[in-house]
Amino acid sequence: MSNDLLTIIDQDGKTQKGKDPGLPKDELQRLYRLMVATRLLDERGLAMQRQGRIGFYLQSTGQEASHLGAAYALADRDWLFPAYRQPGILLLRDISIDKIVSEWLGNSGDTSKGRQMPVHYSFREANFVSISSPIGTQLTHAAGAGMAARIRGDDTVFMTFCGDGGTSSNDFHTGLNFAGVTKAPVVFVCENNGWAISVPQCKQTASESMAIKAQAYGMPGVRVDGNDILAVYRVCKEAVDRARRGDGPTLVETVTYRMASHSSSDDAARYRDATEYEAWKKKDPIARFQLYLKQRKLWDETFEAEVVETAKAKLAEGVKLAEARANLGPESLFDDVFMNLTPQLKAQRQELAELMSKGGVGADVGHFPL
Amino acid sequence: MTATETKTGTSKAGTKVMTLLEAITDALRHEMKQDDRVLVFGEDVGKKGGVFGATLGLQDEFGEQRCFDSPLSECGIIGTGIGMALYGMRPVAEIQFLDFIYPAFDQIVSEAAKMRYRSGGEYTCPMVIRSPYGGGIRGGHYHSQSSEAYFCHTPGLKVVIPSTPADAKGLLIASIRDEDPVMFLEPKALYRHAKGEVPLGEHVVPLGKARIARDGTDVTILCYGAMVPVCLAAAETAAQAGRSIEVIDLRTLVPLDEATVLESVKKTGRCVIVYEAPKTCGYGAELSAIVGERCIEYLEGPIVRVAGFDTPFPYTLEHLYMPDQKRVLAGIEKTFVW
Repeated sequence: MSNDLLTIIDQDGKTQKGKDPGLPKDELQRLYRLMVATRLLDERGLAMQRQGRIGFYLQSTGQEASHLGAAYALADRDWLFPAYRQPGILLLRDISIDKIVSEWLGNSGDTSKGRQMPVHYSFREANFVSISSPIGTQLTHAAGAGMAARIRGDDTVFMTFCGDGGTSSNDFHTGLNFAGVTKAPVVFVCENNGWAISVPQCKQTASESMAIKAQAYGMPGVRVDGNDILAVYRVCKEAVDRARRGDGPTLVETVTYRMASHSSSDDAARYRDATEYEAWKKKDPIARFQLYLKQRKLWDETFEAEVVETAKAKLAEGVKLAEARANLGPESLFDDVFMNLTPQLKAQRQELAELMSKGGVGADVGHFPL
Repeated sequence: MTATETKTGTSKAGTKVMTLLEAITDALRHEMKQDDRVLVFGEDVGKKGGVFGATLGLQDEFGEQRCFDSPLSECGIIGTGIGMALYGMRPVAEIQFLDFIYPAFDQIVSEAAKMRYRSGGEYTCPMVIRSPYGGGIRGGHYHSQSSEAYFCHTPGLKVVIPSTPADAKGLLIASIRDEDPVMFLEPKALYRHAKGEVPLGEHVVPLGKARIARDGTDVTILCYGAMVPVCLAAAETAAQAGRSIEVIDLRTLVPLDEATVLESVKKTGRCVIVYEAPKTCGYGAELSAIVGERCIEYLEGPIVRVAGFDTPFPYTLEHLYMPDQKRVLAGIEKTFVW
């Protein structure tokens, strides 16, 4: 049933009988480390924006279980077509803090060469495809990549993310429809965090759930507690296995909550009720997983201190490395429009270089209007 | 030549007379044979072979995995094509009429065009978007428009428009082999009317090179696609009145072969620009600006645009909307008397 909500870990950290996916102890601890590191990364991102060191930031606080549990179900060779609230996946796939922060800064260490706002990452080394701001477009790309893999006979699986707002986009319908028709090996993860900037879910759809929409596309739709990392993992692992077997796509709805404002430019207090926030705070995904680990004797205060200290040390080191990196040179402005510069781009680059050699041009650097 | 440029040239396999439409099918077949990453898809391109027949026989020859029908969604055709290209294929997507492309506009301008730039070159989108464009078939607004300027205004897209069967084949092959997304717009008015010798086998016409379709010394006409034969006919009539007209078929709008354009206008001192899109902000406006900026001192008369009108494309009065020989001739005269 598309409207049932699967939960494995309850509020007291106890698991439902027979539902625990049975991950090895060291892997459970690794997931906990990743959740903590993701939240600390997020706090640092917002802090650096508030300090004026970066121009913009989008937080994922509260959604750590939702995206980490989902991506943990993939094999390394599988591809991700992310939205912009899944930073934990970068840590899961061993992207360094240095590279992540370099993207925020848009400096010479940024893999996307300062071409996009902070948090719009591209990491080919992690099969993490470039993020764009338009909502939902990646859902159709994932379907197409899945179609291509089927044609080639590869067993790669593609996981793509959107939010509750994303389910209203053209590409939600299009991506799911194409994937359904072609049985593309795609896992569509809708992280339903309740809010699309200031618009609540009830104004986004009249459907009883997001998962139920899967029925229209001829694929299973599963609704899962997005603040329960074991439940998200279990559901997504089944979906990934199904896709790899050639049985087609799945829509997973992770029910979670956006604990922060939409972005560093937004103030959720202007449109959200504080009681809603307080209620969700009690369901915090990290606290819940911590209780579970404690029950299993995989967590104590000493472990916690070590986890936090290690993550903070890595963060501090990565930020330091990134901030020491050089700015981008002006010539890179014209690269990568096409594989080769066109005569027109060459002429424009030359024109800018000549003006810059006279001084004054481009001196107005460093404002963050957002 | 850098390693990344497409090798150009023609094999010595002889030629065959083909229509422009047949030349397109020949190019698709040639590329599907030599590169199994090439996938042809869109609405009705499979069993039916496309509404104009451009993909006729390809599904039979290459199977349903290489040539297939998509659901009826332009956004989906382009969006999935982008995903295929990201994964390493060479998708050739057909949009049934250029007038229907707008649901895919976001995918084209926000995704395909920007993928290489926004990812710092990590991800690229080598795909071709084929679509018939333009008037001349009594198709009303939604089967006739010439909206190339929208795409020329988007950094990251190449825009190619052939006017002869041989160029249609050679430019399409070059487009499929290109490492960047290409809008390949086909003048549907010429699909069956343009006939000519087409090289068999390998035939690659490089992107970014214009063709001097007729030599002349008094006036330069800049044109592309279905306007090329109109301009050539006008040049022939003008020749009888003693005017020597040079006709340049641009072939590629992005990147434009500015060198050939400027060299010609500097030689003739007069320039007429002919395009069937609405006049305001059309591609001809850009051409006019380039000529004005780069060779005003050579001009003996005003730069003249002969274009479609700033109206939606009409049905009954199509013949008045489309630039014809008479309007081109009047445009030529305006460069002498103003």
